[in-house]
Amino acid sequence: MLAALFFGFAALLVVTSLMVVLHKNPVTSALFLVLAFCSLAGIYLLLRAEFLGMVQIVVYAGAIMVLFLFVIMYLNLQHDVESGLQIAVRRGIGWFVGALLLLVGGALLKRGWALGPANEVLPDVEQGNVAAIGRSLYSRYLFPFEITSILLLVAMVGVIVIARGRTRHAGGRAGGAGGVGGGA
Amino acid sequence: MAALWSIPAVQTATWAFVKVMIILNGMLGVVSYLIYAERKICGHIQARTGPNRVGPFGLLQPIADVLKLLFKEEFIPANANKVIFHIAPILAVFPAVVTFSVIPMGPPPMFVATDINVGLLLFLAMSSLGVYAITLGGWSSNNKYALLGGLRSSAQMISYELAMGLSTIPVLLRSGTLSLVGIVENQAGWYALGRTPLALPNWGIFHWYLILPFVIFLITAFAETNRAPFDLPEAEGELVAGFHTEYSSMKWALFFLGEYMNMIVISSIAVTLFFGGWHGPGLMFGVHGWLSEGPAWMGLVWYLIKLGALMFFFIWVRWTFPRLRYDQLMGFGWKVLLPAAIANVLIASVWIYIRGGM
Amino acid sequence: MIPLSWLIALSAVVFVIGVVGVLVRRNALVIFMSIELMLNAANLAFVAFASHMRSLDGQVFVFFVMTVAAAEVAIGLAIIVHLFRLRETVFVDEIHLLKG
Repeated sequence: MLAALFFGFAALLVVTSLMVVLHKNPVTSALFLVLAFCSLAGIYLLLRAEFLGMVQIVVYAGAIMVLFLFVIMYLNLQHDVESGLQIAVRRGIGWFVGALLLLVGGALLKRGWALGPANEVLPDVEQGNVAAIGRSLYSRYLFPFEITSILLLVAMVGVIVIARGRTRHAGGRAGGAGGVGGGA
Repeated sequence: MAALWSIPAVQTATWAFVKVMIILNGMLGVVSYLIYAERKICGHIQARTGPNRVGPFGLLQPIADVLKLLFKEEFIPANANKVIFHIAPILAVFPAVVTFSVIPMGPPPMFVATDINVGLLLFLAMSSLGVYAITLGGWSSNNKYALLGGLRSSAQMISYELAMGLSTIPVLLRSGTLSLVGIVENQAGWYALGRTPLALPNWGIFHWYLILPFVIFLITAFAETNRAPFDLPEAEGELVAGFHTEYSSMKWALFFLGEYMNMIVISSIAVTLFFGGWHGPGLMFGVHGWLSEGPAWMGLVWYLIKLGALMFFFIWVRWTFPRLRYDQLMGFGWKVLLPAAIANVLIASVWIYIRGGM
Repeated sequence: MIPLSWLIALSAVVFVIGVVGVLVRRNALVIFMSIELMLNAANLAFVAFASHMRSLDGQVFVFFVMTVAAAEVAIGLAIIVHLFRLRETVFVDEIHLLKG
């Protein structure tokens, strides 16, 4: 039964990812991506990573994609109109490269085909997944955890500076600071 | 058939399905009478009686409303995105109903549909998904008022989600588990007040470090469900009904239903986290004899009483306070509630550490 | 018990779909979404190996990848918005002032 559920979620994931890439309307692509994230969360739940499954929905489907939708609605984007020989040629090359990558990946996988079943029991399973991840995050991975908070702070400051646009005084200074930052 | 039934997974799934069907249908009934209750209470707060013509005391009013909505004309705006226009109302109801499957309405195992060990995170995940309904509803209507209302509402909801999640952390610190059943079971019993003979129930709210989180949770609950005093996105006066301007008949009814179901769900979570869920005096005594069979359904009764009280509070607040202006609303969420919630996490963790862990 | 090979194959397929998306589409936002698909395919591989090797390190790393992805999306979208203000377009073909 686990295999049936996995195939269902996997099929949904592949179909929705294809629709993200193929559909002309960016809003529909974004909504298919939300569905792809939710099916990926389902696969995480099947692999007994329930904390990650829920966090996937909260962070990816619930926050990042909302941000995408905001920007798409703000920019008022319509259907992508794409035609012409040059674009068709580039598209052909793109699909060819994709097929090539898939063949290379298949060949590599065939060499070391890991047939062993994924283990059912994870360490510390009696305390639950969340407690075990928490313990790991605060003991062994404490430094990356704290650095991540600084990373988010930097991202926030950067977004506010970029999205604010140019003011009268910041025009020259932004160029100077950019030059100095690029040189250093 | 018997062979299929003997697999425990099939049994669990079937019972969960039956419970979910009962909850779904029950909640649909409760929501329609909640709308009736809101109109009656609103009327009495405004020194008039509410609906009292249809049936005794106006009790058949919801049925009249549903019939009216069923017969209204369905109108879809010309350049609306048809698919998303139809999906948005469904998305309004879906997260609330999914959260119901993990809320414990009575002692397990009978009164909980399923008890996953990340129940609280599921609630936060579903409230994050609830943003989509309003965003897509506002955008797909091809109407400037609707788009503005939709974007405002989504920005408000994602801002207050942060404070809501952070305000539930002290509860998590106290009970040590994300499972909602575990959190309720941690609020069993009484605890004595110092050396006096008085005792308080061991509910969340009677611990001093959980009072401010409860207040923050309640305020963010008002913002998450787009109810007054945070209902500018659907304000009748300012925005011509906001994101559901172009919706009519059953689609509008679904949005309305979604809003009330969201209200019930968030009240249920507040009851579970802060008010002791299904615990009540009838269960504490554990007297043998006829009272000992009582406890199971007594739990459901206590849960419903607490839920009713909290929903009355929701309705009361709506008709008492004026609306917040949008910049006041966003400033309050980011500059007041978020730092308060973070400070709470700090205080609660220090206190629990001093007291020697959970 | 899902065999590891199935999970890795799924991750590879989603990753390749993301790569094709980056190569084929012209809309900057759709390219960005394909990048998110690639990141998620990598996350799936991490979780699959965490489950196979009975260790939680893979899941912890996914946690960090999600955080970095969130930061990257925020900054990327801010750049796209700023670019749209300057060039009135999000098609990467038409943003070619440095060309030639």
